[in-house]
This record gives sequence, C-alpha cells and structure tokens, in this order.
Amino acid sequence: MLPLEIKDVALTVNETHILRNINLQLTDNGITIVMGHNGAGKSILLRCMHGLLEPTEGKIQWNGDTASDVETRKKQAMVFQKPLMLNRSAAANIEYVLKLRDKPKSLVMKYLQSANLDSKSNQPAKSLSGGEQQRLAIARAIACDPEAIFFDEPTANLDPDATLQIESQIISASQQSIKVIMVTHDIAQARRLADDVVFLNKGTITEHCSADKFFTRPESAEAGNYLSAYIK
Amino acid sequence: MSTLSQIFSEVVVLLSGPDPDLIEIVWLSLRVSLTATFLACLIGLPLGALLGIKNFPGKTLCTILVNTLMGMPPVVLGLIVYLMLSRSGPMGFLQLLYTPTAMIIAQFALVLPIVAALTRQQIEDSWREYGDTMSSLCVPLSGSVKTLLWDSRLSLLTTGMAGFSRAISEVGAVIIVGGNIDHLTRVMTTAIALETSKGDLPLALALGAVLLTIALAVNSLVFSLRARIT
Repeated sequence: MLPLEIKDVALTVNETHILRNINLQLTDNGITIVMGHNGAGKSILLRCMHGLLEPTEGKIQWNGDTASDVETRKKQAMVFQKPLMLNRSAAANIEYVLKLRDKPKSLVMKYLQSANLDSKSNQPAKSLSGGEQQRLAIARAIACDPEAIFFDEPTANLDPDATLQIESQIISASQQSIKVIMVTHDIAQARRLADDVVFLNKGTITEHCSADKFFTRPESAEAGNYLSAYIK
Repeated sequence: MSTLSQIFSEVVVLLSGPDPDLIEIVWLSLRVSLTATFLACLIGLPLGALLGIKNFPGKTLCTILVNTLMGMPPVVLGLIVYLMLSRSGPMGFLQLLYTPTAMIIAQFALVLPIVAALTRQQIEDSWREYGDTMSSLCVPLSGSVKTLLWDSRLSLLTTGMAGFSRAISEVGAVIIVGGNIDHLTRVMTTAIALETSKGDLPLALALGAVLLTIALAVNSLVFSLRARIT
C-alpha cells in the first residue's frame, strides 16, 4: 500500500496548532521510527496516518487512497502504548479479529505461538502480565493481515526482557513485508530497530533521514539537541 | 413487642405452609416482573450502548430524557399506560386492561429507562477505554455494541438487577393497570397495599418480608452466577 504521502497536513484543535506543515513521503518497507519531545505531536501524527484522526488541512494518502477510508484502514493495524485486552481468553482475543477479517479460526494457535503465548491460550487476557498483554496485542494486530502497522510506544513501562521480546515481534513483522511505523522515546531501541527516522519538533517535521545519518550527523539543531540531551 | 412476634409468626406461617393463594401471587409477581425486566433488557441494553457509543445531533437531549425517565413516578406511568389501554385509548382494541400483560407493559415502561440509562453510562465509560482499539480494528457499530455489552456483562448483571428490583417492588403502576383482581392480577405489592388498607398490618408486613425473601433469593442467584462467570 506504499507509498504513504502526507501533503501540507495541519491539525488544529481549539485554536491550538498540534501539527503544522507536515510533508512526508514513505516509499520503502522497513521500520520508520518517529521521535521527538513529549507533546511534539508524534502520537497524533500516527493516528492521522492510520486514519483515526482527520487533519484539518492537507491530505494523507496511501498509494493514492485517503487514509481515513475504511478499506484503507482495514489494511493497517495499530498497537497502543496500553494494550486493550477484550474481557475474554487470550485465544478468544485472536479469534475476535480473525472473525472480523473472515479468516479461519484454526489460525489462532499460529498467532499465539508467534507471541510465545500458546501455553496461555485459555487464560483470561486481562490476567496476563503487561509484557504478555502487549505481545498478545501485537499478535492480534498481525492477525489482521496488515500491510502497515503502527506502534505507539509499545514498550513504555516494560522491563528490558519484555522489551526485547516485543522488539523481536516488531522485526519479525517487518521481515514479513509489513511497513512498520513506530513512536518511541528510547534512543537505544530506535538505534536497534530503525531504518529511517522522522523527527518532530513542536508539531513540525524537522528531519527525515536514514537511521545511520540521524544518529551520527543529525542535520537539524532540534534533533541534535534531543540526541545530546539523552546521551548525556 | 406483641406486634413483632405476631408478624414473625405470620411470616413463618406464610413461608412454611404451601398456601396456594400465596404461591399464585408470588408466581404472578415473578412472571410479570421477570418478563418486564427481560424485555426491558432486550431493548434497553443495545439502546443504552448505542447512546453511549454513537455521536449524533441531540444525543445530550436524549441522554437527559432517558435519565429523567428513571425518576418517573410509577403512578403517573400507570396512568399513562391506563389511558393508552383503556377502551377509548389508542390501544384499547387490544383489550389488555386489567390483565397481567398490561402489568408487564407498565413495568416494562418503568424499567426500560433504568436499564438504558445505567447501560449508557457503563458503555460510555468502557468506550473511552475500547474506542481506539475498536476504531483501529474497523469494528462496525453493531459489532462494537455487541463486544462492549459482552465485555461489560458482569456490570450489566447489576443493571438488570436494578431493573428487576424496581419492577418487583413497585405498586403504583400495576395497581392502576392491573386492578388488583384476586386470582387474576394480584401481585405481592398490591396484596400488601390491600391488607394495609384492610388494617391487617401483620399480614401486610409478613407479605413484605416474603417479598424481600424473594428479592434476596433472586439476587443471590445472580450473585452466584456472577461469581461463576468471574
């Protein structure tokens, strides 16, 4: 469904400019990391790309299709910072999306295995640990057969071990030719995962370049300051 | 003290001996109130969920209206249903006045706003948590309603119980549309009202105790069901 084209996008809510003059083109598969300070508009941009929010100006298109069209959105999935588990078993959470996408119920175990949760298939999803719930949320998102998947700080508040397991799921999704767009504050994680980085500052993109370039020679002063502040 | 012991012995007599008249009254009370509550839940749960999830012009007005109807005095509601079902009313041709069906209709109208309003609040709260995920998964509105109702089933059991409690304990509506006819439309609450007006207070209070026992039994049943689901 690539390329993703964002042209002159702005989002204003109650006269507050949350996003301004956003122009971006993503043409390649791989992992795009969106970085920036708190309140820079990263999560909002992700929601706009996914079609959950309509920008007040400009347009967002996936291979020419408007981002907010239901058919376009059905080709995508999103994993939120706090995973929302349905009040049923882990297996039933996967079954729920398989039914939504008219896929056979027999695939449940395959997706649970991909998240290392096959031994907990009958356990209520809400009783799983934070890391397990996030792994299940990712498996559920992948069960939608998306061509693009968004991650909004999926490892915030998780321990290093759980974080690495989530990262391996993200890499695996990317290796299945799913376009990954992810927000993170964790610079080490961004270095491990990113193919390219989009840097947002006060609602505007100040830099979009390869990960190598971003972490070694950032062009914008804002990105340089951000990286140096964290490295210190 | 003698009154208390009199009441107590009346209760024991009522509960121990299989009095066919009492069984008939209890059975009719349960039949009318459970049917009315079931029908109110059938319509009120999805209606309340829709109000909680869907944004539409006039939603606030609808919400205020439903919340206000929760406080509708049963006597006034009974009067409205009476006027609708009376021979000269718009539904008079159905000849339902002074039948258990009329009592079910009245209690249904009484319970429906309670179920809808409490469901709306519950589902609106859940939607704040579920909304993003449901929208991201492109779940249609009907699917979201079903999912949220199912996921909130434990809390909604309490909503159903609130509706049933309102139905089984009200007297104003059923006495107007049912007429408290012996062996036809006499239920626990109308029987209590009758015994009170006749001055047989111990029997009236004993009937009240029986009513509370029934409510306790139904609540215990629902509570154990809830515990089993959890």
